[in-house]
Amino acid sequence: MGAIAREAGSYFFVNGIMIAVQTEKLAVALGNNPVLIDIDCQIHEGEYVAILGPNGAGKTVFIKVLLGLIRPTAGEVLVFGQTPDKVVPAWLGYVPQVKTLDRSFPALAVELVVTGLTQRWQPWPSRAEKQAASQALAQVGAGHLAERPVANLSGGELQRVYIARALVRRPRLVLLDEPVTGVDTVGETDFYRVLESFRQESGATIIMVTHDWEIAARTACHVLVLNRRVIGFGTPAEVLCNDCLKRAYGVASAVHLSSCPRNGHG
Amino acid sequence: MLEILGMPFMQRALVAGLLIGFLASYYGVFVVQRGLGFLGNGLAHAAFGGVALGLLLGGEPLWVAAPFTMVVAVLITWVRQKTALASDTVIGVFFAASMALGIVFLALKKDYTIDAFSYLFGSILAVTTTDLKVAGAVVVLTLAVLPCWGRWAYATFDRDLALTDRVPVRFDEYLLAGLLAVTVVVAVKVVGIVLISAFLVVPAAAARLLVNRFTAMTQLSVIFGMASVFFGLWLSYWLDMPSGAVIVLLQTGVFLLSLGGGRLLAHYRQRS
Repeated sequence: MGAIAREAGSYFFVNGIMIAVQTEKLAVALGNNPVLIDIDCQIHEGEYVAILGPNGAGKTVFIKVLLGLIRPTAGEVLVFGQTPDKVVPAWLGYVPQVKTLDRSFPALAVELVVTGLTQRWQPWPSRAEKQAASQALAQVGAGHLAERPVANLSGGELQRVYIARALVRRPRLVLLDEPVTGVDTVGETDFYRVLESFRQESGATIIMVTHDWEIAARTACHVLVLNRRVIGFGTPAEVLCNDCLKRAYGVASAVHLSSCPRNGHG
Repeated sequence: MLEILGMPFMQRALVAGLLIGFLASYYGVFVVQRGLGFLGNGLAHAAFGGVALGLLLGGEPLWVAAPFTMVVAVLITWVRQKTALASDTVIGVFFAASMALGIVFLALKKDYTIDAFSYLFGSILAVTTTDLKVAGAVVVLTLAVLPCWGRWAYATFDRDLALTDRVPVRFDEYLLAGLLAVTVVVAVKVVGIVLISAFLVVPAAAARLLVNRFTAMTQLSVIFGMASVFFGLWLSYWLDMPSGAVIVLLQTGVFLLSLGGGRLLAHYRQRS
């Protein structure tokens, strides 16, 4: 992995490039169940990494470990050179899976986005906060949804509001868990464009769990294929080959790589 | 009718009622949105166990009931956090145990007491000055932790997001459970054990039907809670009926009106 120069409490460099995420022999067991085994990977700052794998592969658990929500049972994980629970929350933008979102809470979309700035619910958001939130919503194509109650949003609309919430704080690391499941196809292209332009503009690192191999092949810098273990980690061309996917999904499939993946190292 | 206001017992009852109405309907919004309605019920039955123990030991039962209920609240929260069991399962276990203990304690008591009836159903005649002071203290405590509303609301909306933003979610769960426990114990004299859980749920549920923002829900819940206690106490005196039941029937009436009103509001909002 090259020479590692560790700096206490700050950035983590390898060959002069900042490391956003580094895991070494990471293992997670929930109860007696081994969910992640021996995960080694290294993600540079500014990259866009897609995480693929079948259901139950541990992808969501991996994301939650990076956020500090789940403690690893063994091994080491460092986010910006620190253990996940020490990372400054303002650096993290998290977009959970649509199916876990609570619709029964009385909230307007703009209030939800404001929590991205304030890290708590604001009884009366200030004008500046509402303005920043409205702008973030407009950027993800959800500007018209600002005053809409969360309960009245479709799955795709709610997902966009959550993305706006994650991006409004301009995080260094954006973690998305199956963000386009349940989003209409029109919204999908839009959404990738927004994320990509945010990444180019801010140099943020994006890690996205997805089921969509085609999109991952076309847009990601690196792909991590998981099935409890690391089946493959590398560029889409290296990793999305028949052999690899067979080991991950148990079935051979063809993924057409029509163009080279975008190399957007910041 | 207004001359009743000159009677000390009625003055105490009204003040206690307003304080309790505030507490139960303020915490009630978190109970409703976190799906903890059953917790209110469980804590009420824990309070029954505590009151029975207090009656058995002699003296003012609420001094025993309060710590007893708080211990149960903490235990429920601890088991919920540590196991994969569903909330209602955990609460059900402690609910049953406390009830059973309460029945045993009452059976152990040598002399028959009608106190149990007024604790079960509430009695406006039973409110003492000590009760008032304790209720007041809990209100002061609640006002002191008012700034926590923002982080409690955040964790209620999305526990994972709150945890990621380093909100002390687990500690807050213990804190809320403890505050709910004291609220229940304080409310027991006026509302009664059988119906206190309704107090925690109905005003907040009615508020939820009418508004789209959590701030407004909290405010409206408190208004509904305090108003229903105030008018309910009057009505229960006038009708000579147990106060808890009358108050809860009033709250249910408000809920039903909100159900209708909420649909009208939604229809109106859609058109505009």
